[in-house]
Amino acid sequence: MFELLGVVLLFTTIAAIVAIETRDLLGVVVSVSAVGFGLIIAFFFMLAPDVAIVPIVVEVLTLVILIRATLRVGLQPFVGNRDFFGFIATAAALVVVFILSMKVFEGLPKFGQPVFATIPDTPSMHYVTNGMSETGAANIVSAVILDYRAYDTLGEATVLFTAVMGAITIIRRKARKAPSEPEVQEWEE
Amino acid sequence: MGGMKHRGMTPIVQTTAGWVKGFTLVFGAYIVAYGHLTPGGGFAGGVILALAFVMLVLANGSKGIPRVLNIDFVAKLDSVGGLLFLGIALLGMLPGLGGAFFNNFPVKVLHIGTPFRLVSAGIIPLCNIAIAIKVASSLFLLFILLILLRIVRTDGESGE
Repeated sequence: MFELLGVVLLFTTIAAIVAIETRDLLGVVVSVSAVGFGLIIAFFFMLAPDVAIVPIVVEVLTLVILIRATLRVGLQPFVGNRDFFGFIATAAALVVVFILSMKVFEGLPKFGQPVFATIPDTPSMHYVTNGMSETGAANIVSAVILDYRAYDTLGEATVLFTAVMGAITIIRRKARKAPSEPEVQEWEE
Repeated sequence: MGGMKHRGMTPIVQTTAGWVKGFTLVFGAYIVAYGHLTPGGGFAGGVILALAFVMLVLANGSKGIPRVLNIDFVAKLDSVGGLLFLGIALLGMLPGLGGAFFNNFPVKVLHIGTPFRLVSAGIIPLCNIAIAIKVASSLFLLFILLILLRIVRTDGESGE
């Protein structure tokens, strides 16, 4: 199982590199969604269906929006050769990030050993032992995101609300002034 | 794909979408309603509900969904979902119900429901429903805004 996870992560990395280097916009969109679906398969290997189910549906919606909205406009992909200095800067940044992340990952708990198995009195231990009696929810993930950490979910809903508000403000049907500005027509026939 | 008008796809796709839409809506509702018992929840179920309408729009064109679901109505539905979520949170602040924001009053004060049943977990299924309304309308609204609307020049000048 561990080797399969490595294979999935390798596939994800290759898809990410392809997404950066491809010149074709449709290829970029497909590669980015391949990255997303690779991560979803990795979540399933780590037995986290609650985490995986949201990316699946969001990934499908994002793929549809990207293909229909981005490619319809007919954007021209950036064409040009990367110069030598840019290549050196990118490689140096990658090396620095790799070294720093190795330092960071040393401090994380080992894979397959949760924090509450080694350190007692963590909040996650409290959630796992008392979650059922305190909230009555059989799904402990729901108990965490909608009871213990409900403020976080409220903030998430606010973020989504603000995003939609911004989108409506930018792409609205009736301009408030200046009739010379372009208007947006609803329900293109 | 570029410049294609949204008149829909072939009759094969339209018929299949017509068959599948009911199953998709029921599955989304199941994911929302059983979010406190099985994997899922308001966000995932809401996106599935939005995707059912997105599928209808992609298959049938802009005529594929009821005229009721125009931008104004869906925007109001979005606000209703958000206010419902906030209202459930504020309801826990009432003095007889615990007096704390996001207090799980049906479980802690009123003792409603038994675990592993549909009626359990207090405010969690109610919040799931509110989030599902909010997420479904938000994402469907974003889809309409980004896909169906097109900027046209209305003044006399020659546009694009």
